[in-house]
Amino acid sequence: MGFFQKLKAGIEKTRQGFMAQIDALLSGRKIDEEMYEELEDLLIMHDVGVTAATNLLRDLRRLVKDRKILDGEGLRLLLKEIISNSLGEKKPLRLEPGTLNIFLVVGVNGVGKTTTIGKLAQRYKEQGLKVMVAAGDTFRAAASSQLEIWAERAGVYLVSHADGADPAAVVFDAVHSARAKKIDLLLVDTAGRLHNKSNLMQELGKIRRIIDREAEHSLREVLLVVDATTGQNALVQAKEFAQIVPVTGIVLTKLDGTAKGGIVIAINQEQKIPIKIIGVGEKISDLRDFDPQEFAEALFEK
Amino acid sequence: MFSGLGDKLQATLKKLRGKGKLTEKDISDAMREVRMALLEADVNLKVVRDFVNAVKERAIGADVLESLTPGQQIVKIVHEELMNLLGGSTSRIAIASKPPTVLMLVGLQGAGKTTQAGKLALSLRKSGRHPLLVACDVYRPAAIEQLQVLGRQLDIPVFSISGNQNPVQIAKQGKEEAMRQGRDLVIIDTAGRLHVDEKLMQELKDIKAAVMPHEILLVVDAMTGQDAVNVAESFNSTLGIDGVIVTKLDGDTRGGAALSIKAVTGKPIKFVGMGEKLDTLEVFHPDRMASRILGMGDVLSLIEKAEQAYDKKKAEELEKKMRTQSFTLEDFLDQLQQVRNMGPLDQVLGMIPGFAASKQLKDFQPDEKDLKHIEAIIYSMTLGERRKPEVIDGSRRKRIAAGSGTSVQDVNRLLKQFEQARKMMKGLSEMGKKGKNKFSF
Repeated sequence: MGFFQKLKAGIEKTRQGFMAQIDALLSGRKIDEEMYEELEDLLIMHDVGVTAATNLLRDLRRLVKDRKILDGEGLRLLLKEIISNSLGEKKPLRLEPGTLNIFLVVGVNGVGKTTTIGKLAQRYKEQGLKVMVAAGDTFRAAASSQLEIWAERAGVYLVSHADGADPAAVVFDAVHSARAKKIDLLLVDTAGRLHNKSNLMQELGKIRRIIDREAEHSLREVLLVVDATTGQNALVQAKEFAQIVPVTGIVLTKLDGTAKGGIVIAINQEQKIPIKIIGVGEKISDLRDFDPQEFAEALFEK
Repeated sequence: MFSGLGDKLQATLKKLRGKGKLTEKDISDAMREVRMALLEADVNLKVVRDFVNAVKERAIGADVLESLTPGQQIVKIVHEELMNLLGGSTSRIAIASKPPTVLMLVGLQGAGKTTQAGKLALSLRKSGRHPLLVACDVYRPAAIEQLQVLGRQLDIPVFSISGNQNPVQIAKQGKEEAMRQGRDLVIIDTAGRLHVDEKLMQELKDIKAAVMPHEILLVVDAMTGQDAVNVAESFNSTLGIDGVIVTKLDGDTRGGAALSIKAVTGKPIKFVGMGEKLDTLEVFHPDRMASRILGMGDVLSLIEKAEQAYDKKKAEELEKKMRTQSFTLEDFLDQLQQVRNMGPLDQVLGMIPGFAASKQLKDFQPDEKDLKHIEAIIYSMTLGERRKPEVIDGSRRKRIAAGSGTSVQDVNRLLKQFEQARKMMKGLSEMGKKGKNKFSF
């Protein structure tokens, strides 16, 4: 199955919810105030958020006027255009061959950080890179064992300490070990932490400082993993994490539920952090680079 | 928790307070803002609509009590409706008459099932149960090990079958094992799954059929967006859930998921996860949560208390006494005690109409300790002295101070304060006669 089909299949549920309802709302309708209001409600129902929905509607109204669009079908195409424009350009993960590349993976509890790392490790290993994972989640029971299983599956190096160890120490060891082994990519797992817990956020800051100190200019990506079923709190997460670590991209996981992906639009609009990777299924190959155009196409495909 | 939502709601409701009279437009405007606040908190759109309509209807029709401002009445209505939304009364785990009680935890990936299994076991052990944890998540790497580690930390046995990939069998044997060991509570941890995954949902049905759990608890991440109700409805229609555990409520989520699920599925929230540590699972109290959302638990209970303390007959008597200047230290004591029973003093004082605004009483700001002293001083007086404080001379003051363990200065201060209060009351009652301001406690 090609990526396009895969993506389509993966977000089929989203489509069925989101687009089917938009289609039902727009088809054969005259454009009037009531319709705008229903459309706004629909966007909110899909986690686009009040602010982002209001912005979308404002653009929509303006363009409908400018282009003299009269019917629902015209409006649908316009909405697709606005959404795909707002999603911006495709931004792949940054990797510099021949040097040590470090990806730091952060996020709140239960979003899929360890799983994402497992899948990324497998992907880059298959591309022929020498990959190492660092078990920086020393807090959650058996988190390192979980990563260990992933590392085994992917056949990559693993650095881990005992449960309860200082995660910064794990990272320190991992960086040095990666140097010695001439690793291409070091993926650093971290414990899930709620962004309003300042002591845990400080711990994350320490991990970052260790990386900067021990391997200057090697931190290529700081990936914030966000669960697609998350509501408006995702925006706060993005903001708060970005204040502690320089978040370079978002990994949006669990897009294969009935989850809306509406938060994609909100995050893109309100935070300047691009979405780089999406997860559309359980399999390793279900973790994909995010292509905004493809995403919009798939979303609006009839 | 809920702080963002609370701030917004409070800011909106604050605008209503202090207004002497509310028009329908005032209420409509406020409700529009309430709607926004709820939507931004991820409360389900349908739930928001019902909620706003319910509040609006009651607010427009509400009789506003004389002693309270209409704005506070709206706050009260919002509070009550929030409570309804959250489930009215506290709902607990039903313990089976014939042990073991079997609980089954289900939910999406990453909601926190395994952690809650541990927390729940600990919490129920504290109430005298003997739990056995059963590890049925055979899919996520190291999930079983995670439960085993939790079990070791808590010193609670964990049942698992290594190498067995059949959760139905594990669950069934787990229950049998509990019976053998005489454990009266079985908590089954299942793998996270999407509610749209038919195959895995069937597996849950099979587990249910095999162990006949007394309660199936859906574990939901508090940060879930509008989809929360779909997930809950889906699990409910497939499995029939008995209650919900909302996790990660210690984040700064506005908790809309928590607010919506009860309304949509009719299933109560039974527990909330409030932290990283294992002893942070709390029984969910809808009333307290509603108060927390509005950030005004104390003030609201004060409104209730003020309502309870509002005794028309007594107030009329008091008014008469004040008019005739027959207000005595006994009445003063009576009033103080009534006020004290209502809660934190400064808040109570601020709530009593005419009290906070009174310049004469600006310096009358006793704290709880002062109040105790005042009580002691008055108790050390004879009845005659209480009724006619004028008779208290220097030697009586010495006696009263000695009897109450205070100093003559304290007694003097009290008598002065009492005189001030009496004067103020006279002034207020004269204002009342002129019809400017009806005074009543």
